[in-house]
Amino acid sequence: MDTLDVSRWQFGITTVYHFIFVPLTIGLAPLIAVMQTVWHLTGNATWYRLTRFFGKLFLINFALGVATGIVQEFQFGLNWSEYSRFVGDVFGAPLAIEGLAAFFFESTFIGLWIFGWTTLPRLVHLGCIWVVAIAVNASAFFIIAANSWMQHPVGARFNPHTGRAELTSIMAMFTNNTAIAAFSHAVFGAFLTAGTFVAGVCAWWMLRAGSQECPEHDADARPMYRPATILGCLVVLASSAGLLLTGDTQGKLMFAQQPMKMASAESLCHTRTDPDFSILTVGTHNNCDSVTHLIEVPYVLPFLAEGRFTGVRLDGVKDLQESYQSKFGPRDYRPNLFVTYWAFRAMIGLLAVPALFAVVALWLTRGGRIPKARWLSLFALATLPTPFLANSAGWVFTEMGRQPWVVAPNPTGDQMIRLNVADGVSHHSAAMVVASLATFTMIYAVLAVIWFWLIRRYVVEGPQEHDSEPAPPTPPGDDALAPLSFAY
Amino acid sequence: MGLPEIWFVIMAMLFLGFFVLEGFDFGVGMLMPFFGRLAKGDPGQHRRAALNTIGPVWDGNEVWLITAAGAMFAAFPDWYATLFSGLYLPLLVILVSMILRVVAIEWRGKIDDPKWRSLADVGIAAGSWLPAILWGMVFAMLVRGLPVDADKQVQLSLPDVFSAYPVLGGLTTVALFLFHGAVFVALKTEGAVRDDAFRFARWLSLPVTALIAAFGLWTHLFGDKSWTLVVVGFAVVAQLTAVVLVWRRTGEGWAFACTASVVAVLVILLFGSLYPDLVPSTLNPRWSLTIYNASSTPYTLKIMTWAALIFAPLAMVYQGWTYWVFRKRISAEKIPAPAGLSRRLS
Repeated sequence: MDTLDVSRWQFGITTVYHFIFVPLTIGLAPLIAVMQTVWHLTGNATWYRLTRFFGKLFLINFALGVATGIVQEFQFGLNWSEYSRFVGDVFGAPLAIEGLAAFFFESTFIGLWIFGWTTLPRLVHLGCIWVVAIAVNASAFFIIAANSWMQHPVGARFNPHTGRAELTSIMAMFTNNTAIAAFSHAVFGAFLTAGTFVAGVCAWWMLRAGSQECPEHDADARPMYRPATILGCLVVLASSAGLLLTGDTQGKLMFAQQPMKMASAESLCHTRTDPDFSILTVGTHNNCDSVTHLIEVPYVLPFLAEGRFTGVRLDGVKDLQESYQSKFGPRDYRPNLFVTYWAFRAMIGLLAVPALFAVVALWLTRGGRIPKARWLSLFALATLPTPFLANSAGWVFTEMGRQPWVVAPNPTGDQMIRLNVADGVSHHSAAMVVASLATFTMIYAVLAVIWFWLIRRYVVEGPQEHDSEPAPPTPPGDDALAPLSFAY
Repeated sequence: MGLPEIWFVIMAMLFLGFFVLEGFDFGVGMLMPFFGRLAKGDPGQHRRAALNTIGPVWDGNEVWLITAAGAMFAAFPDWYATLFSGLYLPLLVILVSMILRVVAIEWRGKIDDPKWRSLADVGIAAGSWLPAILWGMVFAMLVRGLPVDADKQVQLSLPDVFSAYPVLGGLTTVALFLFHGAVFVALKTEGAVRDDAFRFARWLSLPVTALIAAFGLWTHLFGDKSWTLVVVGFAVVAQLTAVVLVWRRTGEGWAFACTASVVAVLVILLFGSLYPDLVPSTLNPRWSLTIYNASSTPYTLKIMTWAALIFAPLAMVYQGWTYWVFRKRISAEKIPAPAGLSRRLS
């Protein structure tokens, strides 16, 4: 493998890994804020216990998201320095603004929330988790605005004197239609993840509490786990609907802005009018001639592309390759067809699992029912990983589908703003990048095991006894020493 | 003052915030294993007390670095690209160690088990010692210059890293952060932990002062500016004041203000010596990256200036408020029992 391949593997591994934890952070922070708000408004200690329970799980997860996020901020310079030179004037701004306007808030106020349970007045303490919830979502916006500029560069022009892309309008960048669609899609994905997490964990506990296994928790099933399961399920259903709508918008934008990506996602080799949507194909997907579509559904693809059922002409990979070559010179402009095709289908298919679970769980808990069926408990556990995998599949699809571009040319923008991935990589020796890739992979693997073990340990323990009653706020000046809550 | 100059000052301020705030976080992390070794009592409780002095604030402090890196990318893309790719291995070690520090601090109290805690303590120690040394080395290498070629590329060799000046820089930051951290613990605790913190600070006081004076003078000699000598003088005076206060075991607040000033003027000294270069080239001065040839367009710098003017003072206000909220001292004697779970479900 050469430096380019190793660097791409490193970026892929560290980024996909980072985005395992981040969606849970983005979605769970607002849900915890809602739980704490319900406790604040009703005084019902059940919601206090849920806040503490999911608060601890949130923090275990938050740590790994933050730790792996530093790598992201450094990696453009470390391994993609030529990319950084080309885009820095444009791409750096949202990253810096993310730090100033979002990450500062979230990191400072999470500390206040963790340690401030008894130190801060209750309303101020509640405000802290809301600041965190809003800031993590603002973070997502700035990062996705930066990423969307790589998919669809707007608000910039190429300066032939400096040889780089230069920002002409920050507003154009922040109102990029690709950014708005991708941001809302990613946030719905995050809410799907967190909703599934809350619903899955609480459904599992609801069944466990009601069984012979844990008779001491029996009393919690109805007042605590059932409403929390329902809350999670409603979030799942709402975000599933949001994902379909925003995904549809994104798809239509992609057909117009990055036709090669969508043609690859469909294994559409030749330009055709009203092609069918294939569910199953076989063949060595990087060779167009060998692909055979086995199961196909008519009308779907024209609708995905333009919102019409017939009369839509879609460009195939081969014709796009020829037109790119005549525009940008000889080179292979095809992404990895196998990965884009299957990642796209995995993303959609995996969404069905939490949605189905939510419908089933809502039906079984209707009218105050507490389900007893053991299979629901297994279904809940099986559902838990699916939104995480769907998020990863979606990002793998959209990022691998952009290849070989690292900045894809905008068909209606400045044609000089484009960068091939091979021109963006740092001039390191392959051996050095192999060493860093091996280091990251090993450390990340160990941390993932610990993360999973900790999450599992805290889920299985359930809400803890000493969290059942909120501690009274300390009167000011009562004690010269600070009482610690939630201490390390 | 034009936009590139303003952004050079903002970059200096972001790194100043990072070194002043994370400086004591690193110091506390480095000293943590030594608490409870001398004083009577349960060493585990002493370590927890020391760690909890930075508990509510360390995460927010780290954002100064994240923002500095992002701002460097936005304001001086070539600086960011050359520095980060040129110093690949040192920055990689910093990254890995900071990953370990974050998860070790956050996860340490989650499981109530001595083996688990000592594993986390290894992560905290590695994640504090390595960045404390390496950041000093990185900035010393930057001030001395790197072999930047005509294409803005750097091929780093071992003698670039392990020569006397960068090593002295690394020793200086590590010693200064140890001292800064010890004074911070003295300021934030009572009882045996505070006694230990004073003890550590006293032991460190002479070597730290010598290192600051030596590194400061050498840095002054690298530059061509006479005013940097005044900065070095100020650092030494502030450092000596802190030393006197530490030996008299009074006025931790003032001592902390002094050590914070020492860190701050050290950053001013480094950036002042660098100006107007960003990465001086040791091969050919014409290949140096400067604030003029490595900066972004005036439009981008203007946008970024507005963002910095609005959000950076705001961040200082709410971070300052955090320090006020958690202003009370803590002690190993009055710390609640660990709230972590056992390793296995009982």
